[in-house]
Amino acid sequence: MMEKPTLKSSLKSLFYIAPMLLIVGTFNLYPIVQSFLMSLYQDYNIFTGEVGGYGFSNFVEILQDPKFILAIRNTFIFVLGVVPISIVISLTIAVLLTKIEALSSFFRSIYFLPFVTSTVAISIVWSWIYHSRFGLLNYGLGLLGVAPIEFLEDPDYAMLALVIMAVWKGLGFNIILFLVGLNNIDANYYSAAKIDGAKGFQRFTNITVPLLGPTIFLVSVMGVINSFKVFDEVFALFQSRPGPAGSAMTVVYYIFQKFYQENQYAVAAAAGIVLFLIILVVTLIQMGFNKKFVHY
Amino acid sequence: MQVRFNDVTMAYGDKAVLQNINFTIPEGKLVSILGPSGCGKSTTLMLISGLTFPSNGQIYFGDKEVTKQDAVKRKVGMVFQNYALYPHLSVLENIMFPLKMEKVPKKQRRERAMELATLVQIEDHVDKKPKQLSGGQQQRVAIARALAKEPSILLMDEPLSNLDARLRIEMREEIHRIQQETGVTTVFVTHDQEEALSISDEVMVLNEGAIQQNSDPITLYRKPKNRFVAQFLGTPVINTIDTVAHPEVLDRLALPENTKRTVTMIGLRAEDLVTTTNQNEALFEGTVSHVARVGKDVTVHIKNQYQEVVATDLGVIPQEETDIYLTAQMKDIHLFDQNGETVEFEAVALA
Repeated sequence: MMEKPTLKSSLKSLFYIAPMLLIVGTFNLYPIVQSFLMSLYQDYNIFTGEVGGYGFSNFVEILQDPKFILAIRNTFIFVLGVVPISIVISLTIAVLLTKIEALSSFFRSIYFLPFVTSTVAISIVWSWIYHSRFGLLNYGLGLLGVAPIEFLEDPDYAMLALVIMAVWKGLGFNIILFLVGLNNIDANYYSAAKIDGAKGFQRFTNITVPLLGPTIFLVSVMGVINSFKVFDEVFALFQSRPGPAGSAMTVVYYIFQKFYQENQYAVAAAAGIVLFLIILVVTLIQMGFNKKFVHY
Repeated sequence: MQVRFNDVTMAYGDKAVLQNINFTIPEGKLVSILGPSGCGKSTTLMLISGLTFPSNGQIYFGDKEVTKQDAVKRKVGMVFQNYALYPHLSVLENIMFPLKMEKVPKKQRRERAMELATLVQIEDHVDKKPKQLSGGQQQRVAIARALAKEPSILLMDEPLSNLDARLRIEMREEIHRIQQETGVTTVFVTHDQEEALSISDEVMVLNEGAIQQNSDPITLYRKPKNRFVAQFLGTPVINTIDTVAHPEVLDRLALPENTKRTVTMIGLRAEDLVTTTNQNEALFEGTVSHVARVGKDVTVHIKNQYQEVVATDLGVIPQEETDIYLTAQMKDIHLFDQNGETVEFEAVALA
């Protein structure tokens, strides 16, 4: 039943949501406001908690720090590598899974395993796969006549190794979402398309992809946000270093380093704000594309 | 193009949906497939379209066997029950879709689609998305799309069942008009006898996977081949009298003795019943239990201890609670044997 909003009813509803508000306020809103403020601290004394003043010097400092610039660059490479590749591969696998009748739930479980496995365990397995002398990947490349690549030791290959692992790790979840999306497409559209003379791949590009628009949009937005926050993969794959010679430094790793290892809280907060702004802008751009993705 | 089924059987597992079906749909005609739910009429349509394949038998388009060809190759047009318009495409793009698949140049595609939009009178809405259209308009778009590639056969699967009563009559006439204008061989599946009888050149009645009768609408109504067809067609349902339980009824009919022996039931259409004062002529005697007046139609229910019959065209409307005798002319009486088949007869003089 809809009531007219009065002061009394507003107070009453406020009372109902008070417990949730309290939790969200304490653990989400307050830290957000605090980190905004912290990013503006100048001459901060971590022992006494005294703040010398407020200003933008932290932002100036990180924007002049080549390590931070590298971190931003790597993070963008990571996002642009992982998200599209992951969407293409997981959509392909999802479509194939709908085609096979036998063992489809078996394969579904197999593909979902990476999602329920801890990142640390995955990273350890992958660091063995990438091993320059005993790794499976180099063994395979050796069969093709390619000289062994030091994926984890060579700064040129560190990002590639990271992207491959992240794509693999994200497949399971994306496949599940795509399977749900594919199941929601009315089989009648495919019948109609067949009648209209659309061959297999034409049906995929003309029916499946556009009608899967909302799912593709969801997967890409979630993928982009998650990929911008990449940290644990780096930490575990390169044995708690940001890659060989810092070559796989990401923004969150930079924040982690500044905060926990160098105790420069204000600088870390400033980097966090920059990451927040980047994600905000990218997500807004994606929202703008929303209309193109979601046709109805 | 002519469509011919040769001994077609369609079975899902052990269950046969269609059993040894043989028929020919003549070129350029509008043919209805009529039957109750689950009689196999939609399956028949799917078999013509190539979306499903028969378990046995052959399907021919003209002289060419197409049994093994799938829907992409058969190139028929089809209007689906729920229209299945592509929700992400505009009306014009929907109509152009089959042409796009044939890689027709874009300009030609547009022209042809606009022509069709005009034919089905939807030209004012070509830039809208299907969701913004009413049921009748969506129906028109679906027909235009089905006609876009100039198919030799147009299939319609219960195209009117999602429309309201008034619109249904309007679209029924539209389908008839469009079929006349294009001359495309059309197969129209329906469970509504009125739809089938009003627009078709020929009607094929299906029940339990077998063809009951295949003829023009008037013959179908006047000369049903069996009890199922007689009972399925016509509102109100044909009155039947069991002549095994009431043998005296047969004695009052001018029939040869050997015909009388095979008949187990007679059928009397509500509009063929007339009142009589002569009890020796009466095929049914009873009390008027109810007179229902709906607009210009008057339906009289007459009841005795065994059953009730319905009459619609009694000259003088009797009072309720009066006893009356009902009879009918020999030419209007339908006779059925114990298998439900119609018994042909020649009237003889009453003994």
